[in-house]
Amino acid sequence: MDIDLITQILFAAVKTGTPLLFVALGEVICEKTGVLNLGQEGMMLMGAVVGFMAAYGSGNAGIGIIGAMLIGSAMSLIFGFLVLHLGANQVATGLALTIFGTGLSAFIGSSVVGHTIPGFQPMHIPGLSELPIVGKALFSHDPLVYLAVVMAFLVSYVANRTRLGLTIKAVGENPHAANAIGIKVLRVRYLAVMFGGAMAGLGGAYMSLVYTPMWVENMTAGRGWIALALVVFASWRVGNIVLGAYLFGVASIMHLVLQGMGWSISPNLLAMLPYVATIVVMVLISADQFKEKLLAPRSLGKPFDPRQMA
Amino acid sequence: MIRVQARTEQSTLMAFASPVLAIVLTLIFGSILFSALDKDPVQALHVLLIMPLSDAYNISEMFVKMGPLLLCAVGLSLCYRANMWNIGAEGQLLAGALGGSAMALQFVDSNSVFALPLTLLAGVVSGMLWAAIPTFLKLNFNSNLILTTIMLNYIALYLLIWAVHGPLRDPQGFGFPESALFSDATLLPVLTDQGRVHLGVVFASVFALVAWLILSKTHLGFKIRVYGSDAPAALYAGFSSKAISWFVMLFAGGLAGLAGVSEVAGPIGQLTPVVSPGYGYAAIIVAYLGRLHPAGAIVASIFLAILYMGGDLAQIEMGIPIAVVGMFQGVLLFFLLACDFFIRYRLVSTRDQVA
Repeated sequence: MDIDLITQILFAAVKTGTPLLFVALGEVICEKTGVLNLGQEGMMLMGAVVGFMAAYGSGNAGIGIIGAMLIGSAMSLIFGFLVLHLGANQVATGLALTIFGTGLSAFIGSSVVGHTIPGFQPMHIPGLSELPIVGKALFSHDPLVYLAVVMAFLVSYVANRTRLGLTIKAVGENPHAANAIGIKVLRVRYLAVMFGGAMAGLGGAYMSLVYTPMWVENMTAGRGWIALALVVFASWRVGNIVLGAYLFGVASIMHLVLQGMGWSISPNLLAMLPYVATIVVMVLISADQFKEKLLAPRSLGKPFDPRQMA
Repeated sequence: MIRVQARTEQSTLMAFASPVLAIVLTLIFGSILFSALDKDPVQALHVLLIMPLSDAYNISEMFVKMGPLLLCAVGLSLCYRANMWNIGAEGQLLAGALGGSAMALQFVDSNSVFALPLTLLAGVVSGMLWAAIPTFLKLNFNSNLILTTIMLNYIALYLLIWAVHGPLRDPQGFGFPESALFSDATLLPVLTDQGRVHLGVVFASVFALVAWLILSKTHLGFKIRVYGSDAPAALYAGFSSKAISWFVMLFAGGLAGLAGVSEVAGPIGQLTPVVSPGYGYAAIIVAYLGRLHPAGAIVASIFLAILYMGGDLAQIEMGIPIAVVGMFQGVLLFFLLACDFFIRYRLVSTRDQVA
């Protein structure tokens, strides 16, 4: 393999990992408060289509990003109301959100299929982008790639170093105890769910505004689900999520690698790789049942009903 | 003032009323949406719900769509009762279509009586194998079943697309990604003179009855029900959770595989890149709408089949994008989950309350 190819692969892996990183960062906060939202795929698709339409209509990709984050949190509010206020099953409600988002995004997006938008200009970081190999691979990206890294630091800082992080942890580990010391459990969970929605919307917008950039029905192709898996096998740790997202970026662009090495394998078989990799990693990491039980938020997936406390 | 109060017992009446209420609310939502889009809501609802049942051809098409929905939903109902979150009916269906096609293509120039039974068997076994992978991984490696089944849906889809572009492509097909046409001996017999309704819908109804009998009359069904409602109690009673999990997953995989092979050996007649418009996902809604009961699934699958038909017709008649079907499916499940709140809670007027 020559140097150019390594640069290309690294560049593409970072780009491919970025939407996964956005979505997984939102979901990890959501899960840390004890709420499992399987609607990531639906919220991503809505973020992708609304972000694209807003950017196309306004001619400004930044407005697209804001629109995508707003629609993502709006979608997550439907989920939040059903599971937090009505105590609906989180698995079923999350699935409903994905089915709804897939249908609705295809429905409203049919008018902008085939259009293109300008997207973002790459931002060369002075000094660093001149370095050999990594300069072009890591420091000549669009601004959202850097935003994802900044967000990862922020989420990690808030979760591990702040009072808010402690509150989130308390709600996720033992909502009854948190309630007893005066934490508004449902309010914390609502906010976490909305943060997850906004991040999923942002991840979707990255696909339609930067990655492709265009809108195609079902264009996220399961990335919302892969992000969910990522949270599980990162053991709810932000550092592992960052690493995992970029590793999955590599798995998703393996066809480039294999082509570079002169192999010829059907692109349809190579398209399976990220999904196969997800299963393999999940098997390797979850096999230790005891460890996973120890690391998962204790109240994950379980409803909390303040009515029954009175 | 009105107040929410927990019921002392779950309401059976509400458990039956909730799906009906959810459908009514979905239709009201649809009317508002169509009005907002400047489409006549009365005409839209007529096209979506009445036209699919308006003539013999449309009714037969409705049954064509009901078959795979029901087969998948019956299996999922048993899985969900046993707390096995199998989201993989779509992949198991595609695996059945792929395995069945590989067998059917061995009989392209044959009229052997074994052609059809072997093709169906291959489909069922393929679906079971596809369901066996996540079951094995869950029971032995503690893998999250929801995520593995979803991943296997995508893998099955790419495997099918690869096969139809590669080994199973018709050598005389001018390079189109399609298999050769199946021989008549491999096709499911059509039931009526008009339309395409085939034996698949009979399979579906029979297996819905079988599942009902298993659930209500057998010791195994009893174990599934106990395990689903109170897993610790079931384990204390000595029921094997592994055996229950294996049974429901293989049963569901087999039925989904049968649904898949019945599509390629039924209305399609060959393997094509698009076998299912998301039947495996819609079946999740059918299962919930049918209250995880095989009999309920029959009624619910008819409704979802009408919605699929109505979506096709609405696109032709009124230019409404077909994606509206998927959106309605999501809305329906939302309303159902919201209405289910009243199975466990009721509204009471605070004035009537005795202090």
